[in-house]
Amino acid sequence: MDKKEFIARRVAQEFKDGDFVNLGIGIPTLVGNYIPEGIKVYLHSENGFTHIGPMLENENEIDPELINASDQHVSILPGGAFFDSGVSFGIIRGGHLAATVLGALQVDQEGNLANWKIPGKKTVGIGGGMDLVSGAKRVIIAMEHTSKGASKILKKCDIPLTGLNCVDLIVTEMAVIEVTESGLLLKEIAEDVTLEDVLATTEADLIISPDLKKISV
Amino acid sequence: MAKVVSIKEAAEMFKDNMTVMVSGFWGIGAPEKLLDALVETGVQGLTGISISTALVDRGIGKLVASRQLKKAIVSYIGRNTATMEQYEAGDIEVEFVPQGTLAERVRAGGFGLGGILTPTGVGTELEKGKQRLTIDGKDYLLELALKADVALIKAHKADRSGNLVYRKAARNTNPLMAAAARITIVQADEIVETGMIDPDMVMTPGIFVDYIVQG
Repeated sequence: MDKKEFIARRVAQEFKDGDFVNLGIGIPTLVGNYIPEGIKVYLHSENGFTHIGPMLENENEIDPELINASDQHVSILPGGAFFDSGVSFGIIRGGHLAATVLGALQVDQEGNLANWKIPGKKTVGIGGGMDLVSGAKRVIIAMEHTSKGASKILKKCDIPLTGLNCVDLIVTEMAVIEVTESGLLLKEIAEDVTLEDVLATTEADLIISPDLKKISV
Repeated sequence: MAKVVSIKEAAEMFKDNMTVMVSGFWGIGAPEKLLDALVETGVQGLTGISISTALVDRGIGKLVASRQLKKAIVSYIGRNTATMEQYEAGDIEVEFVPQGTLAERVRAGGFGLGGILTPTGVGTELEKGKQRLTIDGKDYLLELALKADVALIKAHKADRSGNLVYRKAARNTNPLMAAAARITIVQADEIVETGMIDPDMVMTPGIFVDYIVQG
């Protein structure tokens, strides 16, 4: 199984039946493919609807006025509703989403998140990310543990922040880490890595759970 | 009272240096005919307000490609190569606004509010120059209302009184922008007689709409 699928499968275990969830671009989008059997999760699309359905490829089925936030032709499932941008972000900021899953450039041990801007590079924008992290009940980060060998889980983020103290859970191909009041709690590690591997590739301080488990997907 | 006009008549309302709100999400729900007419007038120095700068050939993106925007107030510019080039070269000013904040600033503009309080952006570089208020122990930023000279919006159906119905994901910022401009011009796929839309089904009441053009 490749890293991205592994991360997505683990994140997919975080939801309860009936949750409304917003999935960001990249690995987070894949999470929708691995929702466990018996659990129904309803996906929110920030451009203005709930109950995102499967992507459509057949020209005859495509409706030009129905895209997701990534400009892909999708469908809407029974039970869904369309609304304007004010309502869409009211849902986001108002705490009506059980969770949002986002990617990250950096996360730190205070739960700060950086995922929109790299100093020295012109930014492409913010989109709805800052709103999502300020309002969803749980913010789950789905990302690779390192970037070009460097830890993405730091003592302190050193690039512009998307949100302050907003991250609840970090899921990587190596570990599952919960952000707690006392710091980052390492709860699970992958089958094929050792605790030493995780500690050596994580710059942030980790509190090791007395109940440390292997990630099961 | 809303009035049905030709695209040509609508284009006569476009002036240099005006602020224009343009609906659409990646161009879906954007009034493409009105935008083409605006490009044709060649008016300059526009400030554009939209969710993103869309794509070079879609939505507000066309106004960037034609170099008519001096400033864009948007949440995102990636995917529009013209915006990226002009931004790199310093030819266009971009004010980045989180998408939900943008929607609320527009709503405030139309609904008589000076601004709104949002937790979005607290502790980030977007806080710079803004007032932070603490209410019941939680921090918010004061974000000011946005208004425009002209709002260019798109409906699926309009009656001659300006009552509007949108379709699917083409609604996005349309209902908010309709209220926030001095002149609101809607491009409708279909124009029907007054009374042909059930008042219970109206998504934007005609009171906000000044002119209607056939899409």
